This record gives sequence, structure tokens and C-alpha cells, in this order.
Amino acid sequence: MASARPPSDPPTARVALVTGSTRGIGRAVAATLASRGHMVVVHGRDDERASKAAAELAAETGGTIDPVAGDVGDPAQVSAVMRRVHQRHGRLDALVVNAGVHEAALLGMTGSATIDHLFQVNAVGAAHTLQAALGLLRRGRSPAVVLTASVMGRSGGPGQAVYSATKAAVIGLTLAAAKELGPAGVRVNAVAPGYIRTDLLGTLDDDARAAVVAATPLGRLGEPADVAEAVAFLLSPQARFVTGQVLGVDGGLVW
Amino acid sequence: MSHLDRLRAVFRMALNLPPDTDVDGLEYRAIPQWDSLAHMALIAAMEDEFSVMIDTDEMIDMSSFAKAAELLEKHGIGAAAL
Ligand SMILES: NC(=O)c1ccc[n+]([C@@H]2O[C@H](COP(=O)([O-])OP(=O)(O)OC[C@H]3O[C@@H](n4cnc5c(N)ncnc54)[C@H](OP(=O)(O)O)[C@@H]3O)[C@@H](O)[C@H]2O)c1
Repeated sequence: MASARPPSDPPTARVALVTGSTRGIGRAVAATLASRGHMVVVHGRDDERASKAAAELAAETGGTIDPVAGDVGDPAQVSAVMRRVHQRHGRLDALVVNAGVHEAALLGMTGSATIDHLFQVNAVGAAHTLQAALGLLRRGRSPAVVLTASVMGRSGGPGQAVYSATKAAVIGLTLAAAKELGPAGVRVNAVAPGYIRTDLLGTLDDDARAAVVAATPLGRLGEPADVAEAVAFLLSPQARFVTGQVLGVDGGLVW
Repeated sequence: MSHLDRLRAVFRMALNLPPDTDVDGLEYRAIPQWDSLAHMALIAAMEDEFSVMIDTDEMIDMSSFAKAAELLEKHGIGAAAL
């Protein structure tokens, strides 16, 4: 079974998979990488949404974008995603483990379905994604991984206990993977965004928004493009001696 | 070379075994050379030799040379005529 590479893969382009890139931070990362010459695989749960995002990103950036779909909470679907990448591109030079969900709930008021879902997507999904991609990364050129953690995974916040725990798990995964995969030449880092203007923050009302801005020395909410720049740096040759780091992209948020 | 001979060669190379070693009866961890680190190298060498992608569950299940041959068959490579 030979790996068929599509003729459209430019020979020098780095191949990048960005999970959860139909919108929000992942989409900005996909756009930034595509505009810098990466061949980007865009991903979400649903084929149609992923294809639509891929077509829009290709039009915006002039880049080569390939859609793929699968729920990261389901290991079989994650394997299928990686098989598809293998068939189409044969390798991964960059992996961004970004797909995630958020739900705020106070301790004592967080249903077990919410706890399971947050862990299954954010923590278990990240572990499956990284693990399933190893064979592709091993074939990659200067392979690098960035995981999207959160400021919550480092400092927590009221109403965010379970979400914070899932993001602390992502940080633990990053630190251990950097040590384990460094000898194989794979760099692994994370970004820890603060409050970034995406659908995920849809529940933040005006007062909460003002409070966040007041607690942010740089005086504004973050934009997806702010995170994308940090991710692109960590994936780039400029970060060739950087691994096992968690880079805050939070405007200096003091919470 | 048949796919099984290629698989034997992959085993000998990845596990650092002498060229004449009989690998057909080998089992994971039955010899010091086939430890967990060597297992990863073996999987990588099989993926490269046969252009397949082996997923995590298959990696964990591949506990012998015979299982490796079965795995190749599952990926459409030859028949495991051991
Ligand atoms: N926004 C923030 O303030 C903030 C702060 C810190 C960290 N983060 C983290 O940044 C990452 C992206 O967040 P965002 O704000 O960009 O969120 P978003 O706008 O809601 O986008 C989430 C993305 O993840 C995908 N996704 C969700 N569940 C999935 C699943 N089970 N399987 C596969 N894909 C799934 C979605 O795709 P489909 O809906 O098309 O399936 C979408 O592309 C998340 O890990 C989040 O925890 C965000």
C-alpha cells in the first residue's frame, strides 16, 4: 500500500495538521501557516464544515488546504484522520493539537456529562491526537508539535475548575512528550492563551468582558491572530532549540 | 524477496540481531533486544519498509513475529503463510 501524495503538495512546503481549525484560534493558525507556505490540513468534527473552511482559507491565503474530519474524543476517528493524512501527504512536519471545548460551571454544579465531555475532548483527545500522529511526525522534516493549553491550566479561575483541570492535563502531556520525543528530534511546546475573542467566549457578558480587560495589562481581549503568531513561531526553525515550554499569550493577564 | 523475508530482515535490522537469526518464533520481551524502545523502532521500520501506517492499538497488539505478519496481511500486504 504505497502512500499516494497528491501532485498539489509543493515539494518544499511543510505539511501541517491543525485540529479544530474550522473557526477560532485553529482557523487563524491555519491561515497564518498557509500564508507562510505550509500545506495545511484543516480539521473539525464535520466533513462539510471542514471542507467549507478549507475552501475559504485557500481563497484567502492562496495556499494549499486539505480538509479532514473526525471527533478527537473518539480514538477510532483520530486514527482515521491520521490514515487520511498518511494517504494524502505521507508525513507531518507540524502538528497543532488545538481542538477543544469550554464550559464554565461552579464546583458542586458541574454535571458528570460535562466533566466527561470536557476531559474526553480536551485531555483524552489531545493524548490520542499526539499519539496517533507519531508515525507521521517521525517521517516529518524538523517535526514540531504545539498544543493549545490555556491560562486556566496554569492559574485556574472560579467556575473553571474542570476546564482548568483538562488544560493542566494538556500542559503535563506537553512537558512529558517533550522529554520523550526530544531524542527522536520532535519538539513539543504549548501555548497558554488568555481570553481570546472566539465563539468559545460567547458566554462572556459585557461586565465579565470589562473585568477581563481591566485585569489585562495590555488592555484588551486577545485576537486569534495573536495566538497564531506564537504557534507559528514555536513551529518555525527560529524555535529550533525550544522544547517543553508553555508560552503564555495572554496580554499579561493577572487574574 | 517475499514480504515475509522482507519482514524478517526488518526484524533483524530493527532489533540488532545477527543476519542468520531465526526470527519466526520471536515474541515481544522474550529477548532483551526486543524491549519497549526497540518495539517503537521496529514499528517505524515496518512502516517505512511497507509504506503502511500502524495505529496505537495495532502497535500494542503486535506481540510476536507471527502477529506482525498478520498485521501486514490486515494492511493488504501478502498472506501470512507462516
Ligand atoms: N478562546 C479562548 O479564550 C481560549 C483561551 C484559552 C485556550 N483556548 C483553547 O483554544 C482552543 C481553540 O479554542 P477556540 O476559542 O478557537 O474555540 P472555537 O472557536 O469554539 O473552535 C473550536 C474548534 O475545535 C473544533 N472541535 C470542537 N470539538 C471538537 C471535537 N470533539 N473533535 C474535533 N474538533 C472539535 C471545532 O470544530 P467543529 O465545531 O467544526 O467540529 C472548532 O474548529 C481550544 O483548545 C480552547 O480550549 C481558547
